[in-house]
Amino acid sequence: MGRRTKISYLINFIALLVVYAIVFTLIETESISRYWSSLIILICINIIMATSLNFSTGFLGQLVLGHAGFMAIGAYTAATIGIALSGAGFPALPAIIISVFSGGVLAAFSGIIIGIPALRLRGDYLAIMTLAFGEIVRIIINNLEFTGGAKGFRGIPRLMNFTYVYFFMIACVAFLMLLARSRHGRAIISIRENEIAAEAVGISSTRYKVTGFALSAMIGGIGGGLFAFQMGFLQPTMFGFMKSVDILVMVVLGGMGSMTGSVIAAIVFTWLPEALREFNEYRMVAYAVLLIVMMIVRPQGLFGTREFGFSKLMRKIFNKTKKIDTESLKGGDS
Amino acid sequence: MEFFLQQLINTLKVGSIYAVIAIGYTMVYGIIKLINFAHGEIMVFGSYFAFLLATYSGLPFIAILLISMILTAILGMVIEKIAYAPLRKAPRLSALITAIGMSFLLQNIMLLIFKSEPKRMPELISMRPLEIGGLIIDPITIITVGLSVLFMIILQIFIKNTKPGKAMRAVSEDKEVAVLMGINVNRIITLTFAIGSALGALGGVLYSIAFTQVYPTMGIMPGLKAFVAAVLGGIGIMPGAMLGGFLIGLVETFTKAYLSSTWSDGIVFSLLIIILLVKPSGLLGKHRKDKV
Repeated sequence: MGRRTKISYLINFIALLVVYAIVFTLIETESISRYWSSLIILICINIIMATSLNFSTGFLGQLVLGHAGFMAIGAYTAATIGIALSGAGFPALPAIIISVFSGGVLAAFSGIIIGIPALRLRGDYLAIMTLAFGEIVRIIINNLEFTGGAKGFRGIPRLMNFTYVYFFMIACVAFLMLLARSRHGRAIISIRENEIAAEAVGISSTRYKVTGFALSAMIGGIGGGLFAFQMGFLQPTMFGFMKSVDILVMVVLGGMGSMTGSVIAAIVFTWLPEALREFNEYRMVAYAVLLIVMMIVRPQGLFGTREFGFSKLMRKIFNKTKKIDTESLKGGDS
Repeated sequence: MEFFLQQLINTLKVGSIYAVIAIGYTMVYGIIKLINFAHGEIMVFGSYFAFLLATYSGLPFIAILLISMILTAILGMVIEKIAYAPLRKAPRLSALITAIGMSFLLQNIMLLIFKSEPKRMPELISMRPLEIGGLIIDPITIITVGLSVLFMIILQIFIKNTKPGKAMRAVSEDKEVAVLMGINVNRIITLTFAIGSALGALGGVLYSIAFTQVYPTMGIMPGLKAFVAAVLGGIGIMPGAMLGGFLIGLVETFTKAYLSSTWSDGIVFSLLIIILLVKPSGLLGKHRKDKV
């Protein structure tokens, strides 16, 4: 790792801590309402969902229309285990970690099961299959006893707070970003670019596709688990096809293949519908129009495949001032 | 036995509606390789047109049906021109997202205009139920099946024997070569959307008559199922869509009748997964090898 990368990691890390400190104080001092603090938690969860979907759709290049299915698996698993653990007197944090990770593991497992056959298919067929998968998960939950069926799953301890969800989010996003930059990540991107060429240089496309898909499902399941502890109540309709589409919209608008793009899109598109709530009747129409216009005007998304970083931003600002300095020096000489 | 035959009749009714809607999906996919997610909503627009005409105009059923099909066809063409035409050269995923956005948009426009509560569809068909050997066949079933089959035959004749139909097949075969042969591809695409939307409207009108109500979100489930039907039969292949529609109708009716009504949608989607695993190109599809 070069010095420059180390410094940029450090800068990004510090910047994330600063953001955390600011939001934390805002919430603790009650400068912002409960409504806003719960919206911020929802934003963090959506960031996890969007980045995890971006991993399979943007990096691996497989259009997935059933990401809410993985979220649902994670959420219901985490909720079931979480109720048992907090009933047994576990403190909040270990209870969350254990149940959320079990949710993630089960989601990853179902990702492997659906992934092995599904990834043999290409393009639209994979999308259709994941769509069917998402619907099946919803219908199964609707029909099971312990999930409460259509009436919903009640009595989940509401253990979530900003600190937990923020660090979970950072861990998930950092994991995905580092993975995407690693050797394995490059192999995954090469499959997106050209699967046949990737296989020709010795990359096992099936193995990478299934692993990538399962990891994406796992992080999605983790997001679902956090969601369960935030809402305290789950219903199968929360994880319908529309939810999968919502997440996909974030990924596409942020730019497929740009993790930071997904982060920003998740922030904007969780907040925007809320901000437009005053125009309740028209907000969904506006939202849809925005989506269509965006696709026509800028189909690669806000960021394309570029990443945004605090260190890059600083370097840009820093370089600019430097340039101005040298220019003013030159001006002084002549 | 009687119960079984009754279910078969129900299958024909539901299946023909799915088949008609599935044709719209398959035609659009065959021509521009786009899963038109807005098709379910286009179908609902058809139902609403019929609902408005039936409530306020008092025209006979056939006139109502034809006018709403024409209006929906125009809507389909407008949608294609506004939202899909600018994306002809864009990556397929952006077109897909646009289709999803369009579906959102249409749904919410309907919510704005008609509000979310279901409206009762006026009774358009007043005929006595037929009784054949102890079986009671409801006139709606006869008309649904009859109209669907009639329009499917008309469509087949149109595609096989007329010039625009031939052009349509040529475009779906190979767009570039079709252009070289002097076919106006854009016009053919618009025509495809018009026909697909008109058939969607037919499906929507029949659906809303069969279930006697209309509401903005009613297109989601039949839309998804018709889409499953199109994939089942091999997307892009018209007879495949018809076969798929009737198969989905069959599976749905019989699981509802003999197993459980809550699981029937799950079984329909599992069937899709199984078909995709065994024969990814669908029942009537031909396997295409990837070329380097």
